Amino acid sequence: MSEKNEAMLRRNQANYAGRNVLSGFLFGLGLIAFIDEVVFHQLLNWHHFYDLSTTAVGIVSDGFFHAFSWFATVAALFMVADLRRRQSFWLRRWLGGMLTGVGFFQLYDGIVQHKWMGIHQIRYGVDILPYDLVWNISAFVLLIVGILIWWQTSQIKKQRAVV
Amino acid sequence: MTTSHYMAEGVLAAPFVIVCLLYLAAAFRDAAWPVYRIGLFAVGTAAAVVSVLGPLPRMAHDSFVIHMTGHLLLGMLAPLCMVLAAPVTLALRTLPVPSAKKLSKLLRSRFVAIVSHPLTATVLNIGGLWLLYTTGLYASMHESVVVYTAVHIHIFLAGYVFTASIIYIDPAPHRYSFLFRSGVLVTALAGHGILSKYLYASPPPGVGQEAAQAGSMLMYYGGDAADIAIMVILCWHWYKAARPRQEEAMAA
Repeated sequence: MSEKNEAMLRRNQANYAGRNVLSGFLFGLGLIAFIDEVVFHQLLNWHHFYDLSTTAVGIVSDGFFHAFSWFATVAALFMVADLRRRQSFWLRRWLGGMLTGVGFFQLYDGIVQHKWMGIHQIRYGVDILPYDLVWNISAFVLLIVGILIWWQTSQIKKQRAVV
Repeated sequence: MTTSHYMAEGVLAAPFVIVCLLYLAAAFRDAAWPVYRIGLFAVGTAAAVVSVLGPLPRMAHDSFVIHMTGHLLLGMLAPLCMVLAAPVTLALRTLPVPSAKKLSKLLRSRFVAIVSHPLTATVLNIGGLWLLYTTGLYASMHESVVVYTAVHIHIFLAGYVFTASIIYIDPAPHRYSFLFRSGVLVTALAGHGILSKYLYASPPPGVGQEAAQAGSMLMYYGGDAADIAIMVILCWHWYKAARPRQEEAMAA
Protein backbone atom coordinates (compact mmCIF):
# COMPACT_ATOMS: atom_id res chain seq x y z
CA MET A 1 0.00 0.00 0.00
CA SER A 2 1.39 3.39 -0.90
CA GLU A 3 2.01 5.96 1.81
CA LYS A 4 -0.76 8.19 0.55
CA ASN A 5 -3.30 5.39 0.60
CA GLU A 6 -2.28 4.38 4.08
CA ALA A 7 -2.68 7.91 5.38
CA MET A 8 -6.09 8.07 3.74
CA LEU A 9 -7.15 4.75 5.29
CA ARG A 10 -6.09 5.94 8.73
CA ARG A 11 -8.00 9.16 8.36
CA ASN A 12 -11.10 7.27 7.23
CA GLN A 13 -10.80 4.81 10.10
CA ALA A 14 -10.61 7.69 12.56
CA ASN A 15 -13.59 9.41 10.98
CA TYR A 16 -15.65 6.24 11.21
CA ALA A 17 -14.25 5.00 14.53
CA GLY A 18 -17.67 5.15 16.16
CA ARG A 19 -19.39 3.22 13.43
CA ASN A 20 -16.68 0.53 13.56
CA VAL A 21 -17.29 -0.02 17.28
CA LEU A 22 -21.07 0.10 16.94
CA SER A 23 -21.07 -2.38 14.08
CA GLY A 24 -18.79 -4.75 15.99
CA PHE A 25 -20.86 -4.43 19.16
CA LEU A 26 -24.13 -5.18 17.33
CA PHE A 27 -22.55 -8.15 15.59
CA GLY A 28 -21.26 -9.43 18.93
CA LEU A 29 -24.76 -9.29 20.43
CA GLY A 30 -26.18 -11.17 17.48
CA LEU A 31 -23.34 -13.68 17.36
CA ILE A 32 -23.59 -14.69 21.03
CA ALA A 33 -27.38 -14.89 20.84
CA PHE A 34 -27.00 -17.13 17.79
CA ILE A 35 -24.40 -19.36 19.48
CA ASP A 36 -26.66 -19.56 22.53
CA GLU A 37 -29.57 -20.65 20.38
CA VAL A 38 -27.67 -23.17 18.24
CA VAL A 39 -25.32 -24.70 20.82
CA PHE A 40 -27.30 -24.63 24.06
CA HIS A 41 -30.88 -24.82 22.79
CA GLN A 42 -30.64 -26.93 19.64
CA LEU A 43 -27.49 -29.07 19.84
CA LEU A 44 -26.96 -29.75 23.54
CA ASN A 45 -30.62 -29.36 24.47
CA TRP A 46 -29.49 -27.97 27.83
CA HIS A 47 -31.59 -24.82 27.65
CA HIS A 48 -35.33 -25.01 27.54
CA PHE A 49 -37.52 -23.06 25.14
CA TYR A 50 -39.49 -22.04 28.20
CA ASP A 51 -39.33 -23.77 31.57
CA LEU A 52 -42.60 -22.33 32.97
CA SER A 53 -40.87 -20.70 35.94
CA THR A 54 -40.17 -17.53 34.02
CA THR A 55 -41.49 -14.23 35.34
CA ALA A 56 -43.65 -12.10 33.04
CA VAL A 57 -40.91 -9.48 32.83
CA GLY A 58 -38.53 -12.29 31.86
CA ILE A 59 -40.59 -13.28 28.83
CA VAL A 60 -40.85 -9.65 27.73
CA SER A 61 -37.12 -9.04 28.19
CA ASP A 62 -36.26 -12.25 26.36
CA GLY A 63 -38.63 -11.31 23.52
CA PHE A 64 -37.04 -7.91 23.03
CA PHE A 65 -33.48 -9.17 23.33
CA HIS A 66 -34.11 -11.98 20.92
CA ALA A 67 -35.75 -9.69 18.35
CA PHE A 68 -33.07 -7.05 18.77
CA SER A 69 -30.19 -9.51 18.44
CA TRP A 70 -31.71 -10.86 15.23
CA PHE A 71 -31.86 -7.36 13.82
CA ALA A 72 -28.42 -6.41 15.18
CA THR A 73 -26.72 -9.24 13.28
CA VAL A 74 -28.19 -8.21 9.96
CA ALA A 75 -27.68 -4.48 10.51
CA ALA A 76 -24.06 -5.00 11.70
CA LEU A 77 -23.10 -6.89 8.57
CA PHE A 78 -24.59 -4.24 6.31
CA MET A 79 -22.64 -1.64 8.31
CA VAL A 80 -19.42 -3.62 7.65
CA ALA A 81 -20.22 -3.55 3.95
CA ASP A 82 -20.81 0.20 4.22
CA LEU A 83 -17.51 0.74 6.08
CA ARG A 84 -15.63 -1.25 3.48
CA ARG A 85 -17.30 0.71 0.71
CA ARG A 86 -16.08 3.89 2.41
CA GLN A 87 -12.62 2.33 2.87
CA SER A 88 -12.84 2.93 6.57
CA PHE A 89 -13.21 -0.57 8.05
CA TRP A 90 -10.95 -0.98 11.08
CA LEU A 91 -10.77 -4.66 11.95
CA ARG A 92 -9.11 -4.35 15.35
CA ARG A 93 -11.53 -1.73 16.58
CA TRP A 94 -14.43 -3.71 15.15
CA LEU A 95 -13.25 -6.84 17.01
CA GLY A 96 -13.04 -4.79 20.21
CA GLY A 97 -16.66 -3.80 19.73
CA MET A 98 -17.61 -7.38 18.93
CA LEU A 99 -16.03 -8.86 22.08
CA THR A 100 -17.66 -6.13 24.15
CA GLY A 101 -21.03 -7.10 22.67
CA VAL A 102 -20.42 -10.82 23.22
CA GLY A 103 -19.31 -10.32 26.82
CA PHE A 104 -22.07 -7.85 27.62
CA PHE A 105 -24.85 -10.04 26.34
CA GLN A 106 -23.51 -13.22 27.90
CA LEU A 107 -23.17 -11.47 31.24
CA TYR A 108 -26.66 -9.98 30.96
CA ASP A 109 -28.06 -13.37 29.97
CA GLY A 110 -26.19 -15.15 32.77
CA ILE A 111 -26.99 -12.72 35.58
CA VAL A 112 -30.19 -10.89 34.75
CA GLN A 113 -32.04 -13.36 32.54
CA HIS A 114 -31.01 -16.71 34.02
CA LYS A 115 -30.73 -15.75 37.67
CA TRP A 116 -32.95 -12.75 38.32
CA MET A 117 -35.73 -13.27 35.80
CA GLY A 118 -35.48 -17.06 35.82
CA ILE A 119 -36.07 -17.41 32.08
CA HIS A 120 -34.33 -20.77 32.13
CA GLN A 121 -31.20 -22.30 33.64
CA ILE A 122 -28.06 -23.30 31.78
CA ARG A 123 -28.68 -26.99 32.41
CA TYR A 124 -31.17 -29.06 34.34
CA GLY A 125 -30.67 -31.95 36.75
CA VAL A 126 -27.11 -30.98 37.69
CA ASP A 127 -25.41 -28.79 40.27
CA ILE A 128 -25.84 -25.45 38.51
CA LEU A 129 -23.15 -23.46 40.37
CA PRO A 130 -20.09 -24.51 38.29
CA TYR A 131 -22.03 -23.84 35.09
CA ASP A 132 -23.05 -20.41 36.28
CA LEU A 133 -19.48 -19.61 37.34
CA VAL A 134 -17.94 -20.66 34.01
CA TRP A 135 -20.65 -18.83 32.10
CA ASN A 136 -20.40 -15.54 33.96
CA ILE A 137 -16.64 -15.44 34.48
CA SER A 138 -15.97 -16.15 30.80
CA ALA A 139 -18.49 -13.44 29.95
CA PHE A 140 -16.71 -10.99 32.21
CA VAL A 141 -13.31 -11.80 30.69
CA LEU A 142 -14.65 -11.35 27.15
CA LEU A 143 -16.22 -8.04 28.15
CA ILE A 144 -12.98 -6.74 29.67
CA VAL A 145 -10.85 -7.87 26.70
CA GLY A 146 -13.31 -6.21 24.34
CA ILE A 147 -13.26 -2.92 26.25
CA LEU A 148 -9.44 -3.01 26.41
CA ILE A 149 -9.09 -3.42 22.65
CA TRP A 150 -11.65 -0.71 22.14
CA TRP A 151 -9.77 1.62 24.50
CA GLN A 152 -6.43 0.75 22.88
CA THR A 153 -7.70 1.64 19.41
CA SER A 154 -9.00 4.93 20.81
CA GLN A 155 -5.44 5.65 22.01
CA ILE A 156 -4.07 4.80 18.55
CA LYS A 157 -6.62 7.18 17.08
CA LYS A 158 -5.48 9.98 19.40
CA GLN A 159 -1.79 9.36 18.62
CA ARG A 160 -2.52 9.49 14.92
CA ALA A 161 -4.34 12.77 15.40
CA VAL A 162 -1.26 14.19 17.14
CA VAL A 163 1.06 13.00 14.36
CA MET B 1 -68.11 -29.75 6.50
CA THR B 2 -71.29 -27.79 5.94
CA THR B 3 -72.28 -25.70 2.95
CA SER B 4 -71.36 -22.57 4.85
CA HIS B 5 -67.82 -23.90 5.34
CA TYR B 6 -67.44 -24.40 1.61
CA MET B 7 -68.80 -20.89 1.09
CA ALA B 8 -66.28 -19.48 3.54
CA GLU B 9 -63.46 -21.21 1.68
CA GLY B 10 -64.74 -19.81 -1.60
CA VAL B 11 -65.20 -16.30 -0.22
CA LEU B 12 -61.65 -16.33 1.16
CA ALA B 13 -59.91 -17.92 -1.83
CA ALA B 14 -61.71 -16.16 -4.71
CA PRO B 15 -60.24 -12.65 -4.18
CA PHE B 16 -56.71 -14.06 -4.20
CA VAL B 17 -57.31 -15.91 -7.45
CA ILE B 18 -59.01 -12.91 -9.08
CA VAL B 19 -56.30 -10.46 -8.03
CA CYS B 20 -53.61 -12.89 -9.21
CA LEU B 21 -55.27 -13.19 -12.63
CA LEU B 22 -55.46 -9.39 -12.87
CA TYR B 23 -51.80 -9.17 -11.89
CA LEU B 24 -50.81 -11.70 -14.54
CA ALA B 25 -52.89 -9.94 -17.21
CA ALA B 26 -51.25 -6.61 -16.35
CA ALA B 27 -47.76 -8.10 -16.16
CA PHE B 28 -48.03 -9.69 -19.58
CA ARG B 29 -49.16 -6.37 -21.09
CA ASP B 30 -46.08 -4.68 -19.66
CA ALA B 31 -43.09 -6.10 -21.52
CA ALA B 32 -40.59 -4.53 -19.12
CA TRP B 33 -42.11 -6.05 -15.95
CA PRO B 34 -39.54 -8.32 -14.24
CA VAL B 35 -40.29 -12.03 -14.32
CA TYR B 36 -39.18 -12.60 -10.69
CA ARG B 37 -41.98 -10.31 -9.55
CA ILE B 38 -44.53 -12.40 -11.44
CA GLY B 39 -43.08 -15.48 -9.73
CA LEU B 40 -43.27 -13.85 -6.31
CA PHE B 41 -46.90 -12.88 -6.76
CA ALA B 42 -47.76 -16.40 -7.89
CA VAL B 43 -46.00 -17.93 -4.87
CA GLY B 44 -47.73 -15.47 -2.55
CA THR B 45 -51.12 -16.30 -4.04
CA ALA B 46 -50.45 -20.03 -3.77
CA ALA B 47 -49.45 -19.68 -0.10
CA ALA B 48 -52.61 -17.71 0.66
CA VAL B 49 -54.95 -20.03 -1.25
CA VAL B 50 -53.48 -23.19 0.27
CA SER B 51 -54.05 -21.76 3.74
CA VAL B 52 -57.74 -20.97 3.20
CA LEU B 53 -58.91 -23.64 0.72
CA GLY B 54 -58.66 -27.41 0.67
CA PRO B 55 -57.19 -29.88 3.17
CA LEU B 56 -55.10 -27.46 5.26
CA PRO B 57 -57.93 -25.33 6.74
CA ARG B 58 -60.00 -28.48 7.34
CA MET B 59 -57.21 -30.12 9.32
CA ALA B 60 -56.51 -26.79 11.04
CA HIS B 61 -59.95 -27.05 12.59
CA ASP B 62 -58.70 -29.88 14.81
CA SER B 63 -54.98 -29.19 14.99
CA PHE B 64 -53.36 -26.10 16.47
CA VAL B 65 -50.06 -26.85 14.71
CA ILE B 66 -51.73 -26.97 11.30
CA HIS B 67 -53.65 -23.83 12.20
CA MET B 68 -50.33 -22.14 12.95
CA THR B 69 -48.84 -23.35 9.66
CA GLY B 70 -51.74 -21.78 7.83
CA HIS B 71 -51.34 -18.62 9.87
CA LEU B 72 -47.65 -18.33 8.87
CA LEU B 73 -48.52 -18.87 5.20
CA LEU B 74 -51.43 -16.43 5.17
CA GLY B 75 -50.14 -13.77 7.54
CA MET B 76 -46.42 -13.74 6.77
CA LEU B 77 -45.25 -15.57 3.66
CA ALA B 78 -48.07 -14.54 1.32
CA PRO B 79 -47.95 -10.84 2.29
CA LEU B 80 -44.14 -10.75 2.02
CA CYS B 81 -44.11 -12.30 -1.46
CA MET B 82 -46.92 -10.05 -2.64
CA VAL B 83 -45.36 -6.85 -1.29
CA LEU B 84 -42.11 -7.78 -3.09
CA ALA B 85 -44.11 -8.28 -6.29
CA ALA B 86 -44.97 -4.54 -6.27
CA PRO B 87 -48.64 -4.83 -7.30
CA VAL B 88 -49.38 -1.12 -6.84
CA THR B 89 -46.49 -0.11 -9.11
CA LEU B 90 -47.77 -2.53 -11.71
CA ALA B 91 -51.30 -1.14 -11.40
CA LEU B 92 -50.08 2.45 -11.75
CA ARG B 93 -48.12 1.48 -14.88
CA THR B 94 -50.89 -0.41 -16.63
CA LEU B 95 -54.14 1.27 -15.55
CA PRO B 96 -55.67 3.94 -17.80
CA VAL B 97 -54.50 7.39 -16.68
CA PRO B 98 -57.74 8.51 -14.94
CA SER B 99 -57.90 5.30 -12.86
CA ALA B 100 -54.18 5.48 -12.05
CA LYS B 101 -54.72 9.05 -10.84
CA LYS B 102 -57.57 7.93 -8.60
CA LEU B 103 -55.41 5.14 -7.20
CA SER B 104 -52.52 7.46 -6.43
CA LYS B 105 -54.96 9.93 -4.82
CA LEU B 106 -56.24 7.09 -2.65
CA LEU B 107 -52.65 6.24 -1.63
CA ARG B 108 -52.13 9.83 -0.53
CA SER B 109 -55.38 9.89 1.45
CA ARG B 110 -55.55 10.41 5.19
CA PHE B 111 -57.05 6.94 5.67
CA VAL B 112 -54.07 5.22 4.02
CA ALA B 113 -51.71 7.51 5.94
CA ILE B 114 -53.17 6.36 9.25
CA VAL B 115 -53.52 2.66 8.46
CA SER B 116 -50.11 2.35 6.82
CA HIS B 117 -48.26 4.10 9.65
CA PRO B 118 -45.78 1.48 10.93
CA LEU B 119 -47.17 1.70 14.47
CA THR B 120 -50.82 1.35 13.40
CA ALA B 121 -49.88 -1.56 11.18
CA THR B 122 -48.02 -3.23 14.06
CA VAL B 123 -51.00 -2.85 16.39
CA LEU B 124 -53.35 -4.23 13.73
CA ASN B 125 -51.02 -7.14 13.07
CA ILE B 126 -49.62 -8.18 16.46
CA GLY B 127 -52.52 -6.76 18.49
CA GLY B 128 -54.90 -8.76 16.31
CA LEU B 129 -52.99 -11.95 17.14
CA TRP B 130 -53.08 -11.20 20.86
CA LEU B 131 -56.87 -10.75 20.63
CA LEU B 132 -57.26 -13.92 18.61
CA TYR B 133 -55.29 -16.19 20.94
CA THR B 134 -55.85 -14.73 24.38
CA THR B 135 -59.60 -14.07 24.23
CA GLY B 136 -62.54 -16.29 23.30
CA LEU B 137 -62.09 -15.27 19.67
CA TYR B 138 -60.14 -18.41 18.75
CA ALA B 139 -62.93 -20.67 20.02
CA SER B 140 -65.74 -18.62 18.47
CA MET B 141 -63.86 -18.64 15.16
CA HIS B 142 -64.41 -22.39 15.03
CA GLU B 143 -68.11 -22.04 15.71
CA SER B 144 -69.05 -19.11 13.51
CA VAL B 145 -68.24 -19.08 9.81
CA VAL B 146 -68.59 -15.29 9.74
CA VAL B 147 -66.01 -14.84 12.51
CA TYR B 148 -63.77 -17.40 10.80
CA THR B 149 -63.90 -15.49 7.51
CA ALA B 150 -63.37 -12.10 9.16
CA VAL B 151 -60.36 -13.33 11.18
CA HIS B 152 -58.67 -14.75 8.09
CA ILE B 153 -59.25 -11.63 6.01
CA HIS B 154 -57.79 -9.62 8.87
CA ILE B 155 -54.72 -11.87 9.23
CA PHE B 156 -53.82 -11.43 5.58
CA LEU B 157 -54.57 -7.70 5.31
CA ALA B 158 -52.79 -6.87 8.56
CA GLY B 159 -49.77 -8.91 7.42
CA TYR B 160 -49.72 -7.12 4.08
CA VAL B 161 -50.11 -3.62 5.50
CA PHE B 162 -47.45 -4.31 8.13
CA THR B 163 -44.92 -5.63 5.60
CA ALA B 164 -45.60 -2.72 3.25
CA SER B 165 -45.25 -0.22 6.11
CA ILE B 166 -41.74 -1.52 6.92
CA ILE B 167 -40.24 -2.13 3.48
CA TYR B 168 -41.00 0.31 0.69
CA ILE B 169 -41.28 -1.56 -2.59
CA ASP B 170 -44.35 0.21 -3.95
CA PRO B 171 -44.69 4.01 -3.92
CA ALA B 172 -45.19 5.07 -0.29
CA PRO B 173 -46.29 8.70 0.00
CA HIS B 174 -46.03 8.66 3.80
CA ARG B 175 -42.45 7.63 4.52
CA TYR B 176 -40.60 7.07 7.78
CA SER B 177 -36.87 6.85 8.51
CA PHE B 178 -34.94 3.58 8.43
CA LEU B 179 -34.19 3.87 12.14
CA PHE B 180 -37.86 4.31 13.03
CA ARG B 181 -38.97 1.41 10.87
CA SER B 182 -36.18 -0.77 12.30
CA GLY B 183 -37.35 0.02 15.82
CA VAL B 184 -40.95 -0.81 14.95
CA LEU B 185 -39.89 -4.05 13.26
CA VAL B 186 -37.90 -5.15 16.32
CA THR B 187 -40.85 -4.27 18.57
CA ALA B 188 -43.25 -6.23 16.37
CA LEU B 189 -40.99 -9.29 16.31
CA ALA B 190 -40.63 -9.03 20.09
CA GLY B 191 -44.42 -8.88 20.45
CA HIS B 192 -44.74 -11.93 18.23
CA GLY B 193 -42.10 -13.86 20.21
CA ILE B 194 -43.60 -12.86 23.57
CA LEU B 195 -47.04 -14.03 22.43
CA SER B 196 -45.53 -17.34 21.23
CA LYS B 197 -43.99 -18.01 24.63
CA TYR B 198 -47.15 -16.92 26.40
CA LEU B 199 -49.16 -19.41 24.34
CA TYR B 200 -46.64 -22.14 25.17
CA ALA B 201 -47.66 -21.83 28.80
CA SER B 202 -51.28 -20.67 28.44
CA PRO B 203 -52.95 -22.33 25.44
CA PRO B 204 -55.99 -20.67 23.87
CA PRO B 205 -59.28 -22.15 25.16
CA GLY B 206 -59.91 -25.52 23.54
CA VAL B 207 -56.25 -26.23 22.69
CA GLY B 208 -54.37 -28.95 24.58
CA GLN B 209 -51.01 -28.41 26.29
CA GLU B 210 -48.97 -30.48 23.85
CA ALA B 211 -50.57 -28.98 20.75
CA ALA B 212 -50.06 -25.49 22.17
CA GLN B 213 -46.37 -26.17 22.78
CA ALA B 214 -45.72 -27.47 19.26
CA GLY B 215 -47.82 -24.68 17.73
CA SER B 216 -46.21 -21.90 19.73
CA MET B 217 -42.70 -23.06 18.88
CA LEU B 218 -43.63 -23.13 15.20
CA MET B 219 -45.02 -19.62 15.60
CA TYR B 220 -41.83 -18.44 17.33
CA TYR B 221 -39.34 -19.80 14.81
CA GLY B 222 -41.57 -19.16 11.80
CA GLY B 223 -41.87 -15.53 12.87
CA ASP B 224 -38.09 -15.31 13.12
CA ALA B 225 -37.68 -16.68 9.61
CA ALA B 226 -40.19 -14.29 8.04
CA ASP B 227 -38.88 -11.28 9.93
CA ILE B 228 -35.23 -11.90 9.12
CA ALA B 229 -36.18 -11.71 5.44
CA ILE B 230 -37.83 -8.33 6.10
CA MET B 231 -34.75 -7.20 8.08
CA VAL B 232 -32.36 -8.11 5.27
CA ILE B 233 -34.47 -6.21 2.74
CA LEU B 234 -34.81 -3.18 5.03
CA CYS B 235 -31.04 -3.09 5.68
CA TRP B 236 -30.33 -3.59 1.98
CA HIS B 237 -32.47 -0.54 1.21
CA TRP B 238 -30.55 1.41 3.85
CA TYR B 239 -27.27 0.27 2.29
CA LYS B 240 -28.36 1.51 -1.12
CA ALA B 241 -29.71 4.80 0.23
CA ALA B 242 -26.58 5.48 2.34
CA ARG B 243 -24.28 5.16 -0.68
CA PRO B 244 -21.52 7.79 -0.43
CA ARG B 245 -22.08 10.58 -2.91
CA GLN B 246 -19.56 11.20 -5.66
CA GLU B 247 -17.67 14.00 -3.90
CA GLU B 248 -17.47 11.98 -0.68
CA ALA B 249 -16.13 9.00 -2.59
CA MET B 250 -13.55 11.24 -4.27
CA ALA B 251 -12.51 12.77 -0.96
CA ALA B 252 -12.31 9.37 0.73
